[in-house]
Order: sequence, then C-alpha cells, then structure tokens
Amino acid sequence: MVECLNKTKVLTKGNYAIANAAVIAGCDCYFGYPITPQSEIGEFMSGKMQELKRAYVSAESELAAINMVLGACSTGKKAMTSSSSCAIALMQEALSYATSDELPVVLVSVMRGGPGLGNIFPSQGDYNQSTIGGGDGDYKIIVLSPSTVQEAVDLTYKTFYLAHKYRNPAILLADGLLGQMMEPVEFGEYPYPEVDHSDWALLGAKNRNSRIIRSYSPQEEPQCEHIRHIFEKYRHLEENEVMYEEIDTEDADLVVLSFGSLSRNVKAAIKQLREKGLKIGFFRPITLFPFPNKRLQEIAGKTKKFLTIEVNMGQMVRDVRLAVNGKVPVEFYGKPVGSWPSVEELAEAIEKAVI
Amino acid sequence: MATQVFKVPDSFKKDFKYTFCPGCDHGVAIKLVAEVMDELGIREKTIAATSIGCSVTIYDFLNVDAIESPHGRALAVATGVKRANPDKFVFTYSGDGDFASIGLAESLHAALRGECLSAICINNTTYGMTGGQLGPTTLLGQVTTTSPMGRNVEYYGYPVKIAEHVALCDGTAFSARVSLDTIANIRKAKQAIKKAFEVQLQGLGFGFVEILSTCPTNWRMSPQQAHERVRNEMMPVFVPGVYKDITNKENN
Repeated sequence: MVECLNKTKVLTKGNYAIANAAVIAGCDCYFGYPITPQSEIGEFMSGKMQELKRAYVSAESELAAINMVLGACSTGKKAMTSSSSCAIALMQEALSYATSDELPVVLVSVMRGGPGLGNIFPSQGDYNQSTIGGGDGDYKIIVLSPSTVQEAVDLTYKTFYLAHKYRNPAILLADGLLGQMMEPVEFGEYPYPEVDHSDWALLGAKNRNSRIIRSYSPQEEPQCEHIRHIFEKYRHLEENEVMYEEIDTEDADLVVLSFGSLSRNVKAAIKQLREKGLKIGFFRPITLFPFPNKRLQEIAGKTKKFLTIEVNMGQMVRDVRLAVNGKVPVEFYGKPVGSWPSVEELAEAIEKAVI
Repeated sequence: MATQVFKVPDSFKKDFKYTFCPGCDHGVAIKLVAEVMDELGIREKTIAATSIGCSVTIYDFLNVDAIESPHGRALAVATGVKRANPDKFVFTYSGDGDFASIGLAESLHAALRGECLSAICINNTTYGMTGGQLGPTTLLGQVTTTSPMGRNVEYYGYPVKIAEHVALCDGTAFSARVSLDTIANIRKAKQAIKKAFEVQLQGLGFGFVEILSTCPTNWRMSPQQAHERVRNEMMPVFVPGVYKDITNKENN
C-alpha cells in the first residue's frame, strides 16, 4: 500500500510531486542518472522505491538508464526514468527502438538551457527534442506539458496511462521552473484503469510459443506493415487524446499561444491587457503530441492573428503554422533558452502584436 | 538396441534454419546454451536480452522469450528485465564488439553491481556481420578491413582481455574463458556456461563466459584453419581458464 501524501493538500516541490505521483501511479521500476534541475526525482525514488520493495537502479549513464527502462517495460511492468536536455539527447536511440518495439516507456524531461551543457535555468528549448526527437526512422512520442505543479501530478498519471494504453513512449515535459518551485497539490489516487499486457509481455515461454520483441525487420513488406500499424496508433491518439486549455478565444482579435509553465506569465499579461479592453484570447496545447491541429484550424477561422510565445527561438510556432496552414498570420515572440520573460515584458510584446 | 547419442536440444525451436556461415562457432555455442537450459530446466522462465551483430540471431534458434537490445546495451536491458522480474532467468549473448567496445560500460557496471545475470560473449577478434573490421579484441598484427597493414599499437592500441576484466569486478561470481576448437574444449565450454547460469540461479551474482570463436568468412580461412588460428594465435593471448569462481575456494 502506497502512503505517499495522497490524502491531503500539501505544499511540495515540482520534482518531488512528479516522483510521488509516479509512485502512486504504480511505477514498478525507476532507473536514473543525476542531472540538474531534476535530480530530486531520483533522490526521492532512491528512498521510496526501496522502502516499497520496488526496483531502483542508480544507472552508470543515461544510456544505461533508458535501456533498463526498455528491459523492464518488455515484461509489461511500469518503468520510468527522468532526465534533462543534454542527457535526454543520449536517450534518443532507445526512444526510437521503444516506438518500434511498442514499449510503454515513461520519461520525465525537466528542461534546462541548451544547446550543449547550456545552463540550469528554466527553458523551453526541448520542444523539438521531445516532439520530433533525434532517433532514426518514422516515429512519434506522446508529449504532455504541465504548467503548474498540480497539473504535473495529474499529467504524470496520464503519461503512465497513455504510454501503457498505446504501448508507445511518453514524455512528461516539464522545465526547471516547474521542477524547482513549490505549490500546493493534491495527489488523490491513480485515476486510470490498469492496462493488461499479458498477451505480449515477456514472462517466459511457458505453455505458449516464445515471444520476441525486436525492431530488426529485414523483409520490406513486414516492415512497411509494422510502420503503418504504429502510425494507425498515432491517428487514434490524434482523434482521441488531444488536450488543451482555451480562454476567451470567441471574440478575440488576437489569440496568444504558449505551452508549459511560461503560460502562467502569458495568462497574467493577457489579463492585464483584457482589463485595458483589448480582445485577446489564450490557447495552450497540453498534449504537444498529439498536437491540437483541429481546434487551432477552427479558431483560425474566427480570429485575425495568432501570436506564439516561447522561451526558445521558435519551435512550437512551426507546429502552429502547419496547423493553420496560412489561414491566419502566425507571429512569434521568443527569448533564447535560459532566460524567462516577465509579465510586463510579455504584455508589451502582446500589445504590439494586437496593433 | 539403438542408443541415441545426438539430438536437437529441447530448448531449440522446431522450425529453425541454420543461418551462420559454414565453420562459424556461433552454432556450437548456441547449441551448448540450449543444452545447458535443458539440463537446468529453465527454458520456460528464461528471458534473453540479445545484442546487435551475428549474435542477435540467437532468438531465431532458441525457444525462449527475447528482447533485442540496441547495440551495446544488452546488459542494461537485461538489468531492467531482471530487476523487474527477479524470479526469471535472464541472460545476454553478444559479440566482443557489443560486450566490450560499445557496451563496455554497461557490461562492467552490471558485473560491478553484482546483477544476478548470465552473460555469454563470443570473441572472434573482428566485427563479423559488417564484414570483418577491427574490433576491441583484434590481435596485434591482425589484418582486418580497417587495419589493412595489421593492428599496430601506434594507431590502434591493444586488444582487451575481457574475462580478466570481468573477474576483477567484485560483483562477479564466475568468469571464465573457453574455446570450441576441440571436443574436450567444447565440453569444458559447456561446463563453464552451466556454472555461469547456476550462479545466477543461486543468487550469487554475475556469471560470465568468454568464448573464443571462429569467423572463417572474414578470416578468409577454412573451418579447420580457423580452429588452428584459435589455438595458435588467440589462445596464447586470450588464455583459456577460470578467472573467478566464488563457489570454488581453491580456485581463488
């Protein structure tokens, strides 16, 4: 029985909240390697998993950590790792394998500044790393983006559920701000049904034929079939699992888009401008894949302009432009990774875009 | 009355096709693994973490559950399988490039952690599947497609002695090097594989066997010449023997 602060509202740090939520979600195995700004996740797990007699390994590298997750997931268990930016770069090969192997890998990504070693400040520089990725071949990763600590908890549950439901890797994409700040949260119980993996998991070939989880596929047609099957799952995800937050878009002349914890400042800036009488709407994709293309196309027919704001040099804005396909102009306001725009700065940038 | 002296191990698939080159020792090594599985009665609780290279095809022969690991990551994948399922028998089967070059960190750290896993490493002094390039165990002087003038220390450094390195890890319960060049040595190899499997089943730690093997195609040799090379050129450098056995106090 898990007794991890799941009864009452508590004040806790984002990283601890995510780790605690993973434990409540029934995570059987945690494998990790330290990197700022997410090391508290591994620290929390090292104690809690041993206390609960679940699996924990301080891996020798991020390469090893993610591949340990692959191994545990191949037996149908709930397994995860957590890391950040330059270290998640090391995991791209395994994520590609896991999509082809159809393994329910859960990865918590707490973004820092890049490229390279960058810095440890909050950043949104890994939108592309998460949604496009750097592994080989055709694949997609499910990506969920929280903006508050409470949402980080709720989406940790959802990340586990979607990874297992669709048998595809899923990333909870947080950032250094969310990982390090404290907010009141309620954990509750894991709200999703358990997914039955008994028809594919590796548990020993007893009274059945042996099972092989493999991505090597030397014949052309079976490989094509396999890729089509995977993309059929992605189509289901796009039809059924899109999540977004939308405020005041009905009468808006300008709709401002952002994702993750930056959205808090963006919403505060829009509130100030609304009070001045400017008709500004707000839209926040919560699932970065599947991206809310359909809803954005609908909004594009009713408003005059989109403005996408990110703490990077323009990553999500490409998906927004693809979604609206020229129906409305899509402007961009961004700052290089590693700096965080204030409400005042954002209000000024948004006001300029209205005119 | 007739006595059966040879049979396909029960742990083999019924419909396997032999896919290795003529004279390659992989076939002998995999058969020994299957025979040991039969003798220990562990097939139904076995999960294999395979690797990349010729060794990956072990899952086409053995009737066991298997996951194909990315190149070099077999021991990490196996660690994940075993930690999630401590009651299963988990082993890896990889070449020297996978185990001791790209995967050296994962291999030695699994041994250092004392993971209850068994690992078989096929040392044939070359990258076989890609056409015979220089690998971590290529002998000094050996000509490969990427050491056309022979392996020299100036450009390539030294070959790695895997069984000795694994034996130095405190979490290792058993480490041995064997060869398959004679009937007697094949029997010794089988005993070593069995021991490497037993230490896992007994919960004693990491079990490891390095198998000196032939690659007649890339060595440009007949099967007979290849086994002579194992004897005359490999065994003086990669000396067969048991390097660690915590179940045998005299041996240590």
